[in-house]
Formats: sequence, structure tokens, C-alpha cells
Amino acid sequence: MAVLIKINYKNMDRKKTKYLNPYIGGILLGVVVLVANYVSGRGLGASGAVKNTVITTAKAVAPKHVENTGYYQEYFKSHRNGDEPANPMKSWLVFEMLGVLVGGFLSGAIAGRLKLKVEHSPRITSKRRMIFALMGGILFGFGSQLGRGCTSGSALSGMAVLSLGGFITMAAIFGTAFALAYFFRKNWIQ
Amino acid sequence: MGPLIVYEIISQNTNLLLAFFIGIGFGWVLESSGFSSSRKLAGVFYGYDAVVLKVFFTAAVTAMLGLLFFSLFGWINLDYVYINPTYINSAVWGGVIMGAGFIMGGFCPGTSFCAASIGKIDAFVFIGGLFIGVLIFAEGYPLWETLYKKNFLGFPKISEALGIADGLLTLLVILAAVGMFWVAEWAEKKFPQPEY
Repeated sequence: MAVLIKINYKNMDRKKTKYLNPYIGGILLGVVVLVANYVSGRGLGASGAVKNTVITTAKAVAPKHVENTGYYQEYFKSHRNGDEPANPMKSWLVFEMLGVLVGGFLSGAIAGRLKLKVEHSPRITSKRRMIFALMGGILFGFGSQLGRGCTSGSALSGMAVLSLGGFITMAAIFGTAFALAYFFRKNWIQ
Repeated sequence: MGPLIVYEIISQNTNLLLAFFIGIGFGWVLESSGFSSSRKLAGVFYGYDAVVLKVFFTAAVTAMLGLLFFSLFGWINLDYVYINPTYINSAVWGGVIMGAGFIMGGFCPGTSFCAASIGKIDAFVFIGGLFIGVLIFAEGYPLWETLYKKNFLGFPKISEALGIADGLLTLLVILAAVGMFWVAEWAEKKFPQPEY
């Protein structure tokens, strides 16, 4: 009897954190990409919003430096609003990413998943998790600029419009992560 | 006829407002599919949880097919849809560096924002890393500018590069995806992971 109750309790607990069926989730995500292309003639993105925030911050903190540095000069040369340099924060990707924060929060709130925590395998410490999260973020941030977009903008949205570059970047991202998985297994499995 | 913004059916400001709503849909789907958990995301690389592969390829196939049908029905002019440029070297090296970041950090940029929105502290740290990584790229730009701009091929479609029709290519991607789903279902049974 006690065992039965325990099992039932476990099942209930599971139901609470149940995720969407991945194939349904995939169809819905594909529809979001389709809508973005139909409405705005472009796919989704994420790293571009980070880039725009970095450029805006750099311009506010060190305007002289931004004026004299090649990368920012190229950005403001190709992003114009009439004769003026465009405001990087008034961009499609920035508004889209604000939406991502709202959408993620709403979904998490409804599913009962809102919680401040460091998620990590029980076999590693939170400190180790944080160090690897930081290093991973730095690499992903750098790589997304070199590759002109991340998993959303280059791989997923690029594939949707059959871009050759999108397919290459997708294969390189997943291929490398698979190839390196063995070396980082301690963080995730054993 | 779409894209709505190109045909001036909606204004620039409406476009930005709709970007916000599209973002809500994006964030909602990511979170409810479990993409706010780094342990779930990394699972695909160890076989214990292939949700990334299933969602990603189902989405890619759905969007591809959707665009083909919209074009066939005359609802969208694909000539005005943005196609990502192809720079061979930076596409490969950017992807390799992102792949390393993925297995170390357990997130990609979109999923990290989604995870941060429900309170994952490791996701905030990952986002901090993204800002640092982008800043390093911007500040050291002359060092990698040559690699960044090397072997520019224009805006080719993979179907053009292979010399086959868009529809046939999409069919091949669907077949590949179904094959991968089959392997993924098998792997999840073979490498079960205790509760996480």
C-alpha cells in the first residue's frame, strides 16, 4: 500500500512538470518561424539582440572609442535610419527577444516552474556549473558573431530558407558538441 | 501577399510590435518544450534526452514545408525573404566554437534567455558570458576580420549548390529527420537517465 501511494505521488509530481510533446513543440516552433518569415520576411534570432545591446552600451560608455573602432564603424555604416545611424535597440531582434522573456516566463508560471536556482547534475557543484556556464557563454557569444548568427538565427532560420550557410553552421554546431561530449561528460552524466 | 512588411501592408512600428508577439510565441514554445533546462538540452549529446533534436528538426521541416506551400499558393514571395549569406570559413569555425560553447554551457543564446526568464541562475551567468564573447569579437575584430569575410559565396540555397529542386531537397531533409527521430527514440531507451 505504502509503495502504491509512493508511486502515485511520484506520478503526480511528474505531471506537474510535464513538458509538451517534442514533436508538437517542434511543429509549433516551425509555425513561429513561418509566421516571422510571412510577417517580417526574416527568421528568428537571439544572439543579434545581444550584439545590439553590446554596441549600444559601448556607444554610451565610450563614444569616442566606438567612433574610432572598425567593428562599430562597419555596423553603423550598414545600419542606417535615413541619414542618421540607426538606433541598435530599435531593432526587430531586440523586440523579439523581449517577447522571448515574456513568453518563457508565462509558460514557466503556468507550469509551476518559476524558481531561482542553479540547475546542475548532482555529481558536480554549483560553482563548477557556473564556471562552465560562463565559459560556454563566452564561446557561444564569440562563435555567434563569427558565424553570423546562432542556433536560432543561423541554424534553424537558415535551414528554413534552405540557406547553404545555415546548413553548414547547423552541422558544425551539433557535430562539434557531439565530438566534444565525451570530454565534458562529468558535467552532465557521470 | 507576404512578407507583409515588404509589401507595406504593415508599418515599421507594427513590424516591431509583431516581433514582440512572435518572440512571446518563441519563448513560450521553448519553455514548454523543456528548453529552459540545460540538463535536458545537453541530454541529446549523451542520448538520454533527445528533445533538442526532435524539436529542432521538426521545426526546421515544418518551416521549410510551410514556406514552400505558402509560395506555391502565392501567399509569400520568397524573393523578398531574407536568406542567410554563406561565408564558408566563418560558418564552419563559428559553428565549431558555438558547438564547444553548447556542450560546456548547456545552452544556446535563445534557450539561455528562456531559462533566465524562469529563474535559472546558471542561465544568467551564461548570458553574461554571451555579452563578454560578443565584446571580445567586436574589440578584437581586426584579428579575425579576414577569416570572417573569407570565401563569400553570396546567398546560395543548399538546393542550388547541389543542383536539385527545393521540393526534393525538403523531402530528403524530411527523410533524414525521420531517420534521426528513430535513432533518438532508440537512444532514449538505451541510455535512460534517472530523474532530473
